[in-house]
Amino acid sequence: MTLLDDLHRGADDLATSESSREVAAVSISGRVIRRRGFSVRLDPRAIGVCVGLAGLIVIVGLWSISVGDFPIPISDVVATLLGNPTEDSEFIVGTLRMPRVLVGTGVGAAFGMSGAIFQSLVRNPLGSPDIIGFTGGAALGAVVMIVYFEASALQVSIGAVAGGLIAAVLVYLLAWKRGVQAYRLVLVGIGAGFAISAVIDYMITRAEINDVQRAAVWLTGSLNGRSWDEVRIVVVALAVLGPLAVLMQRNLDRLDLGDDTAAGLGVNVGRAKLMLVLVGVGLAALGVAAAGPVAFVAFVSGPIARRLVSSPRACIVPAAFVGALVTVVADLAARRLLAPTELPVGIMTALIGAPYLLWLLTRQARTGAL
Amino acid sequence: MTATLTESNGTASARLRAKSVSLAYDDHVVVDHLDLDIPDGKVTAIIGPNACGKSTLLRALARLLRPSSGHVVLDGELIHKRPTKDVARRLGLLPQTPIAPEGITVVDLVARGRTPHQKLFQQWSTSDEAAVSAALEATGTSALADRAVDELSGGQRQRVWIAMALAQETELLLLDEPTTFLDIAHQIDVLDLVDELNRDRGRTVVIVLHDLNLACRYADHVVAMRDGGIVAVGRPAEVITAETVRDVFGLDSMVIEDPVSSTPLVVPISARRENAPNLPSTQRLGAETETRS
Repeated sequence: MTLLDDLHRGADDLATSESSREVAAVSISGRVIRRRGFSVRLDPRAIGVCVGLAGLIVIVGLWSISVGDFPIPISDVVATLLGNPTEDSEFIVGTLRMPRVLVGTGVGAAFGMSGAIFQSLVRNPLGSPDIIGFTGGAALGAVVMIVYFEASALQVSIGAVAGGLIAAVLVYLLAWKRGVQAYRLVLVGIGAGFAISAVIDYMITRAEINDVQRAAVWLTGSLNGRSWDEVRIVVVALAVLGPLAVLMQRNLDRLDLGDDTAAGLGVNVGRAKLMLVLVGVGLAALGVAAAGPVAFVAFVSGPIARRLVSSPRACIVPAAFVGALVTVVADLAARRLLAPTELPVGIMTALIGAPYLLWLLTRQARTGAL
Repeated sequence: MTATLTESNGTASARLRAKSVSLAYDDHVVVDHLDLDIPDGKVTAIIGPNACGKSTLLRALARLLRPSSGHVVLDGELIHKRPTKDVARRLGLLPQTPIAPEGITVVDLVARGRTPHQKLFQQWSTSDEAAVSAALEATGTSALADRAVDELSGGQRQRVWIAMALAQETELLLLDEPTTFLDIAHQIDVLDLVDELNRDRGRTVVIVLHDLNLACRYADHVVAMRDGGIVAVGRPAEVITAETVRDVFGLDSMVIEDPVSSTPLVVPISARRENAPNLPSTQRLGAETETRS
């Protein structure tokens, strides 16, 4: 932070010498960096949280690569990653465990961002894409590709994105009654989620047994056997949609004041919402394409990130780090808790998410928000 | 039902005008072919009974609602042809029920008023800081700057929202019922602030108000609406008569001079409590009450 401090002080000096106006100091939150026509507001606490979470992700990731039926010392893991593999470690680290950890991190980040976006748009933590049927739609799209087309990873991704978008449009239209009310969207979304899982169940019972096995494991949300194919999906998803999500944080913050106020501030409300929904659905769907509908990661990441950063805004970037950490930790636990039996990661995340969902439902039912 | 525009602003200039505007939600027509000029540098109050379309009209003037026919003109151009951001640099709006995010501080909320002046890498310039500082000062909320908005009283909160609209530094300011839910002291407080913004800072203000007497006291220009049309428009002293009040609200009343501000003061006459001892019968209006007494 010292560099930022210096920059800030320097900019302040510059500002006071340049500006003839007497400006009473305004203690806006965050740290401001100014240089000529350039000014940025950063939240030191959010940055701190992200750096801390990133550190934890690296530690858990290395640990996760190191443990297993064939343990590899952390030092060898690091050496392999730096390009000095030992005899066995190259295959186990490079082919088996590394992609798994990377997919987990990427999928968690995508779900985390998607959850933060939708929870803020819907103004309700229950507005998360895994609660209101959007991830279900993506899963249905992916299952269709797996069962009927024996699809490649790329085709599964396309199916997932299409399914997610169709589910989002359907839920939105069904919830429409002179605009969309948050609670209607949540209730309609939960209903749509059930309908979608019924369709998935039907397809599974009618499908070939081999496809069923592939689809079933994938449907619980699993990182088992993830390869560099899936890594590529999440990297592309995050590289394209991640920056868009970060850019749209500004509009999301304005929409938080209500649609009319946001429009009064110069936000093109319709376009901003459409973009946010597209990016949010895209992130969730690509997460689903890579690892299946890992339960509740999107749902818990946003609230945890907000708590950590203690900010009134939707914390898209911190939520990405929280989602990544939650997924990586859950996968490590899923692999080692009943070793040598491996559980799908979705079961572990459900263990964390389900109690939180119950608590939230009872609380919102009591306060009349739902 | 078109307006008579000639009365008081025949010569005044108007940056914001509605030309034969019709407004509808779905198929339900709320405002029908309405013409209105907002005189520059004045406080214009829009009054009328519930559901007469006054808030709807304000939304259309602020570009939030697209007219089903006719158009709103801002600075000589159709407001819907202008980019949202461009409109937001000319015209500030405070909706009826803005939402403060949980835990947001006053200064952070007011700073959001700077949105139309900011860019991706111009998030907090010295002029942003100056504008926010000035807005806090003008609304007397500087001392609250670091408090959370949800901890404030209703009156303080309304001041903060007005500060946000002020930080936007627009010459036109549209306020939708900013005094609703406030007690009488806070209503006066907010309207005094509006008055100050108009007189000392030259802002053009359009304000939707429920209270007729406060509208008469604070507005230079009153627009009285009923059933989506304008019944009367002009200076309060010319426009607010017992006849207008009956036309607009269907209420019998006596209009006397406000002893404090010398503006019209509407005293409603109710069918139940009419026989006050000193009521001069010559000032009574409305045939029904005449015959009954």
